[in-house]
Amino acid sequence: MDSKVILLAHGSGGKATHQLIDSLFVAHFKNVILSDLTDAALLSVSGDKILFTTDSYVVDPIFFPGGDIGKLAVHGTVNDLAVCGGKPLYLSLSLILEEGFPLEQLTVITQSIAEAAADADVMIVTGDTKVVEHGSVDKIFINTAGIAQLHAGARLAIKNIRPGDAIVLSGSIGDHGIAIMLEREGLQFESQVTSDSAPLHGMVADMMQEAAAIRFMRDPTRGGIATILNEICSQSHLGITIYEAKIPIKPHVASACEILGLDPLYIANEGKLMAIVDPDRAEKILAIMRRNRYGADAAIIGMVTEDVPGTVILKTTIGGSRIVDMLAGEQLPRIC
Amino acid sequence: MKFIDEFRNADIAQELIKKIHRTSGLIGRPVSLMEVCGTHTMAIYRHGIKSVLPPSIKLLSGPGCPVCVTPNRYLDHAVALSRQKDVIITTFGDMLNVPGSSTSLVKERASGADIRTVYSPLDALAIAQKNPTKKIIFLAVGFETTAPTIAATIIEAQRRNVANFYISSAHKRIPPAMRLLVEDPELHIDGFICPAHVSAIIGAEAYEFLVRDYAKPCVITGFEPLDILQGISMLLLQLLHNSPQVETQYSRVVKQQGNTTARKLVGEVFINADTRWRGFGIIPDSGLTLADAYACYDADTVETVKPEEEREFPGCLCGEVIKGKIEPETCSLFRTICTPTNPVGPCMVSQEGTCAAHYKYGNA
Repeated sequence: MDSKVILLAHGSGGKATHQLIDSLFVAHFKNVILSDLTDAALLSVSGDKILFTTDSYVVDPIFFPGGDIGKLAVHGTVNDLAVCGGKPLYLSLSLILEEGFPLEQLTVITQSIAEAAADADVMIVTGDTKVVEHGSVDKIFINTAGIAQLHAGARLAIKNIRPGDAIVLSGSIGDHGIAIMLEREGLQFESQVTSDSAPLHGMVADMMQEAAAIRFMRDPTRGGIATILNEICSQSHLGITIYEAKIPIKPHVASACEILGLDPLYIANEGKLMAIVDPDRAEKILAIMRRNRYGADAAIIGMVTEDVPGTVILKTTIGGSRIVDMLAGEQLPRIC
Repeated sequence: MKFIDEFRNADIAQELIKKIHRTSGLIGRPVSLMEVCGTHTMAIYRHGIKSVLPPSIKLLSGPGCPVCVTPNRYLDHAVALSRQKDVIITTFGDMLNVPGSSTSLVKERASGADIRTVYSPLDALAIAQKNPTKKIIFLAVGFETTAPTIAATIIEAQRRNVANFYISSAHKRIPPAMRLLVEDPELHIDGFICPAHVSAIIGAEAYEFLVRDYAKPCVITGFEPLDILQGISMLLLQLLHNSPQVETQYSRVVKQQGNTTARKLVGEVFINADTRWRGFGIIPDSGLTLADAYACYDADTVETVKPEEEREFPGCLCGEVIKGKIEPETCSLFRTICTPTNPVGPCMVSQEGTCAAHYKYGNA
């Protein structure tokens, strides 16, 4: 991207974000831990394996069907740790508040953070508060960082992925992004679309019974499942084929996508994970996921191939095929 | 009925695909079919329709997107208008990023011009009423589908007595372009996948000349995968039996006479005029300009501007892509210099542009 200024596309999680990270941040902070570019850094402290991550939340609107910015700030960081094979333990919480922000709303958000933390079995152990002049931020921005203990036996890395591996998705796609979009645009549907914001640490803990069969996991947030699959393909130099008919999507989300001209493969999720697993253990892992309340609609949506390295192919419902590329430009800013 | 899954049914699709293969085998020669609607182009790529057709059937993408066929001169003119004092430019969002000769509306907006995106021309009229000391110019870009709402807005402006609302019309009519395409000796089009929504306005009768004068099969086709497969199948059967006619696959929406109310509105406010298309040059009678009784709403009557000299980006082949003469991959700028994040030509900017479709969905 030949831009001299930061564009919204740099925060989309797609191509421009990757270019920025590689050309600026990785180039300047070069070290063996960062260059893995996983959702959480794997650290070794006195012989113990711990995971460390951070994320900032700027979602607009701050209250939306199925959640709010506080709940999202806990779930997002908890999930980044969980999908790296961690048992989340501790979170930090930093708030940047706009002068004039109603204390009543801050109280609601704080209660929501407390509930979400209790639900995710994490403690908020440190924090910071800044207030800036009216107009310097929009209402409230939140940063959380988190520490987790690596589950015994978890060996998750893109390099473990093999041709033939199955791709398991924990449930329906696009719920969060569409809920935000409809709320923001004031669009009404027959029944409400709610965000899927949820903690996935419990499902991951259960899945660890099959730790040896799980190659890699990610939570498909910004940029949706298409972006994650493309990252896996480009880093593993393998191909991926997914089947449109097998990808769970709620009817109202599908309708909203048709009306708004959006591709659900690129829409953000906040309570879903995607796992690349040994095909022989895929059904067993699927059964474990389905027993969890956040994995009831889990499905095997595709497989890793050697066919077209570096490329994600979608087999469409009518039997055609097409490429699923990285997201170019911004689909929807301030989604999380 | 949710009207999504029903038109993507895998079993029915397989039946249609088999039928297409069978008919194409009986025809026994290569067949080129052209779609002239950007929504068809996107749907064909999104659902991987090319990948299920026999290799002897070629789908060509024609001038299907109004943004793509709008020449640089119109954009340069709009930019010049936006720099005038007390002018507010209103436009549909898809025009913002289209590069003109040296700048775009989005860049002009960043430099301070008052350019506002609207979802309906009526929103532009409301802006005019809220800003009585300003001149509000709506960039009227579109095919026959857009023209009726703009005609209705002009009539509404007259009813509300709004004296500061104007349009700059770059409206295009698709049938005259189809005549040029069918006469092009390089293209050899065997039949047309006729547009869905345009036809809902202009009706099936608008394509009769293609059968009468050129014996070309025409099928008005819907946008869902089963619609498109059935439309292709119907075109092939016409070719096989050598019985060219205008058929309507999209009969749940399109009527023989089209939407007579909409056509009456357009006929009241606009008259046909020669207009310039990117890639084609001037096509006689292919545009819409305000009729004398409504000429006071023409932006040219209040603002005389001198746009910069028109230039095309060196190497940009959008003009050839629009006519279906080349695939985007033939253009040396495609994917190298010209990408959705840094578009050079309109076919990459527009969400319904052929280059954008190829970039996004590739040829899997």
